[in-house]
Amino acid sequence: MGNTITEKILMAHTNLKNISTGQLINAKVDIALGNDVTAPIAIKEFYKAGGKKVFNKNKIALVLDHFTPNKDINSAQQCKTVREFAQKHKITHFFEGGFVGIEHALLPEQGIVGPGDLVIGADSHTCTYGALGAFATGVGSTDLAAAMLTGELWFKVPPSIKFIIYGKLQKWVSGKDLILNIIGRIGVDGSLYQAMEFTGETISRLPMADRFAMANMAIEAGAKNGIFAPDKITSEYIKKRTKRDYKFYYSDNDAVYSDTIEINATKIEPQVAFPHLPSNVKGVSKAGRVKIDQSLIGSCTNGRIEDLRIAAKIFKSRKASSNVRLIIVPATPEIYRQALKEGLIDTFMKANAIISPPSCGACLGGHLGILAEGERAVATTNRNFVGRMGHVKSEVYLASPAVAAASAVLGRIASPEEL
Amino acid sequence: MIFKGRVWKFGDNIDTDAIIPARYLTTSDPKELAAHCMEDADPDFITKMKAGDIILGGENFGCGSSREHAPISIKAAGISCVIAKSFARIFYRNSFNMGLPIFESRELVDAIKEGEEVTVDSIHGTINITGTDNIFKINAIPTFMEELIADGGLMKHIAKKRDNNEKK
Repeated sequence: MGNTITEKILMAHTNLKNISTGQLINAKVDIALGNDVTAPIAIKEFYKAGGKKVFNKNKIALVLDHFTPNKDINSAQQCKTVREFAQKHKITHFFEGGFVGIEHALLPEQGIVGPGDLVIGADSHTCTYGALGAFATGVGSTDLAAAMLTGELWFKVPPSIKFIIYGKLQKWVSGKDLILNIIGRIGVDGSLYQAMEFTGETISRLPMADRFAMANMAIEAGAKNGIFAPDKITSEYIKKRTKRDYKFYYSDNDAVYSDTIEINATKIEPQVAFPHLPSNVKGVSKAGRVKIDQSLIGSCTNGRIEDLRIAAKIFKSRKASSNVRLIIVPATPEIYRQALKEGLIDTFMKANAIISPPSCGACLGGHLGILAEGERAVATTNRNFVGRMGHVKSEVYLASPAVAAASAVLGRIASPEEL
Repeated sequence: MIFKGRVWKFGDNIDTDAIIPARYLTTSDPKELAAHCMEDADPDFITKMKAGDIILGGENFGCGSSREHAPISIKAAGISCVIAKSFARIFYRNSFNMGLPIFESRELVDAIKEGEEVTVDSIHGTINITGTDNIFKINAIPTFMEELIADGGLMKHIAKKRDNNEKK
């Protein structure tokens, strides 16, 4: 009986010769990630347990991206706690100020995570790195503390669901639409405790930015991790970035899956997740007339240069509706710089956009784009829970950059085809 | 352990933004987090509940963000334990790691009404609704999780293992 890619990566980080679903294992961690919200608790736990030294200063990443640029005194204090810890322990991958980007765009871009890695992060969207053929999963702050101290963590080997996606994508349909469609099919707990393995001819042609967006939202189906087999597209992405050794793992032909789901992608139109669950998905043509007050293009799901290029195509000769606040969040400084170089920022500013610094703020209702009572936003983010982006009576509609851009122009949820 | 308390019933997919909204994540002080526990699911919850009460959830309780602030706010509010049909995996992990007792029982959640009182016997794996003969079984937890609880959470478990190794 063969193994899945998830099982193989987990096994490679233990001394075990074989591994099976449901087994509890202790595995070595390649990168442990924390941010300004989750790391302060981890640091407290680290010291409380008598921690004096981190297990490896090169294998910890601390990224101050949530309430930054510092929103208020409390958030400044939290950042200070993390900064002092990073300085004291000489953490190599510490990012703040002009170096900070949204962690799940930043770590792959900087080559800090790579194929075959076992990555844990005290942030639920850590599963993003599965796009590179890594095992990456979100954990809590106490887990991060344990990993920073020992370099190991406990895991239960998850069963895997195999998604086979085939067919040519329609115009404007992206990885974001595929993952929203999948979550709409299986529900927000459709992959609870399981791995989601994305395969098929559509996937083998899918660019990295789309793969990141899909792996990013595996957690929204309750999954432990989302994962893609590495290939030429992966190699092309990592070759200028990854500084460490990496390894490509593949599922065996006789690997065992808890379920196999085939999806004909040719039938999928741009998708929109209505409030208040990422599974509440409709095709954009069935959205009806939903007026919006804000359009947010950014986040760890869709703030990459490819996403900004799609949006810029739509804003090239069009402006955002005067009733809509258009907020664009380049996910990292490198993306921001590239967008400037390509003239995208100029295009956005001519379309009356607000350009935000790289930050998670607006997506989680922290700062830099909060919604008032009764307001609606279309957002390229990953969660539309009650109160997610602001007032408990505000609404978030999740969509791709193309739909968010078209919606900003028309002032209501719209397909780019309507322009 | 025995937990006895009045239950507060919530629905399916109670996410961590509802348990502790992100606007309060600029602090990790348990007392401050407790003051906003369950605020976006029920704004009056914190004024209605009493120490020792029990939160009841449907499917996928604690889904969404990995914020440990969620189980911290529940524990610091004085909730003795959480019972749900199922838990989202990071919330499940976090609860064991930081020492918030949680139990799974589909049958109980379907059978009970808000405001009723239950007694949870974690050693025998049973829950009883006060004033009835109904006994509900708690889904078994893995032995490793029992060890974590017995040691007082993940960090104490690690410290204990380290001390044992040093003795050897």
